[in-house]
Amino acid sequence: MFDVVVVGAGPAGLAAACRAAESGARVALVDDNPVAGGQIWRAGGGRPAGPAAAWIRRAERNGVEWLAGARVFAVPEPGKLTIEQFAGDRELGYEKLILATGARERFLPFPGWTLPNVMGAGGLQALAKSGLDVAGKPVVVAGSGPLLLAVAKYLRARGARVLLIAEQADQAALLRFGVGLVAYPGKLAQAVQLRAGLFGIPYLTGCWPVEARGPEKLESVMLRRGRKTWTERCDYLACGFGLAPNLELAALLGCRMSATGVAVDELQQTSVAGVYSAGEATGIGGLDLALTEGEIAGFAAAGKTREARARFGARERHRRFAGGLERAFALREELKHLAQDDTLLCRCEDVPLGRVRGCMGWREAKLHTRCGMGPCQGRVCGGAVEFLLGWKAESVRPPVFPARIGSLSRD
Amino acid sequence: MKVSVNGREVTVAAGSMVSTAVAAAGVSLYRRSVTGEPRGPVCGMGICFECRVRIDGREHCRSCQIPCVDGMEVRTDV
Ligand SMILES: Cc1cc2nc3c(=O)[nH]c(=O)nc-3n(C[C@H](O)[C@H](O)[C@H](O)COP(=O)(O)OP(=O)(O)OC[C@H]3O[C@@H](n4cnc5c(N)ncnc54)[C@H](O)[C@@H]3O)c2cc1C
Ligand code: FES
Repeated sequence: MFDVVVVGAGPAGLAAACRAAESGARVALVDDNPVAGGQIWRAGGGRPAGPAAAWIRRAERNGVEWLAGARVFAVPEPGKLTIEQFAGDRELGYEKLILATGARERFLPFPGWTLPNVMGAGGLQALAKSGLDVAGKPVVVAGSGPLLLAVAKYLRARGARVLLIAEQADQAALLRFGVGLVAYPGKLAQAVQLRAGLFGIPYLTGCWPVEARGPEKLESVMLRRGRKTWTERCDYLACGFGLAPNLELAALLGCRMSATGVAVDELQQTSVAGVYSAGEATGIGGLDLALTEGEIAGFAAAGKTREARARFGARERHRRFAGGLERAFALREELKHLAQDDTLLCRCEDVPLGRVRGCMGWREAKLHTRCGMGPCQGRVCGGAVEFLLGWKAESVRPPVFPARIGSLSRD
Repeated sequence: MKVSVNGREVTVAAGSMVSTAVAAAGVSLYRRSVTGEPRGPVCGMGICFECRVRIDGREHCRSCQIPCVDGMEVRTDV
């Protein structure tokens, strides 16, 4: 039995676990990955990367129990979680729970997007970090958001030939945001550094992929910019259209949602008493916001309200920055017309968009087409369905599959 | 360390994920979809399940989340 269980060991979860433990609580930190650090500090070669190492040491010094390679997949009763590890399942009791489950990439379907080597932008970066050799390989980076720049920079450092970055947002929107950046000198410096690492790689705004081609794996991608379309030959297409929060666990617990993610009060507490949420699970906001929300949640869960309040000002500043980002990289209407009726929407059950479009909503789509019923349980198609058809995933409570991955995908 | 992918031995750095070993073996098709399409990793972070392979006889392991262990036997769909 723990005073505080933190789910997710990204920046938000690490900060929450450290602050709660430093305040005297007995804390467990659970994450699906073998090494802590979350998305931004994803480990390479099995060792923690960047600032993650310092956070992990700090957590260890304060007696945080670290459960690696552990996926929380069920909540059998309040105060109890079931986690799945390679070695088997186990239960974990908690007094207070902090959901720092972060975000994933948003994928949008277009013809050919299911071909091998068409991946997420962060997806290809993650695979490269875990050892995938991209040296000398031609890569197109596409989609939307600041992540594209970070990914291009990383892939180039690993020796990939990044042919171009296709950003769907228009230059005008980005410039408006760039001007807003002046109010945040730290961020501006980061942005400039990023550009420096990208010297020579065309950054094409108002540009997006319309089709990926190849017989058994990707060979080329067709891009559009304005009225022009052309084809680039490449080995990888790294393509993600921004981020979407991981809400499944919060939904399972019955937490109320806001327009951006898990709804929280000023102390990061959700609508369910004793359950907190921090970081990108509450809305996409980047590293600084994730750290600050994590600290607030950690303090609050350990009863240190005064320390939590001392960080409200910083959180407000980071939230304003996040708002600017969201407006600048808003997805354009044209992207809704990339997928054709026969383009697969659900990759687990191979359901084409045309069949789902004919349904009234998520419930009917699940029952009649099995869209979203495969092993990923709508984690990939959910973001696309929300953008293309306007259906919110959490309006249907996910069935609590008390089942292993194997038994989910066998039928 | 050495792992076998579809019977072929590949050498990977310690700390590499199984997904890396599969790619290093020159395999881009990790699984076949329910209608028989070739598929490979998409998210790299454990959510899409497209990188599923068989590891030491165990079905449906997400290769992007499982570190290689010396002597592991990995099988993909063909
Ligand atoms: C693929 C990807 C790559 C990114 N790369 C960069 C980058 O290079 N640079 C940058 O500035 N920003 C990057 N970001 C943005 C990044 O998400 C934020 O900057 C920051 O990492 C958010 O921190 P967080 O703690 O809220 O969430 P995360 O860092 O996402 O951490 C959440 C953690 O929770 C775990 N988790 C979720 N659900 C469960 C569960 N049920 N059971 C167990 N564990 C669970 C996840 O595996 C993850 O480790 C990336 C985002 C994504 C999605
Ligand atoms: S690549 Fe998505 S689960 Fe492994």
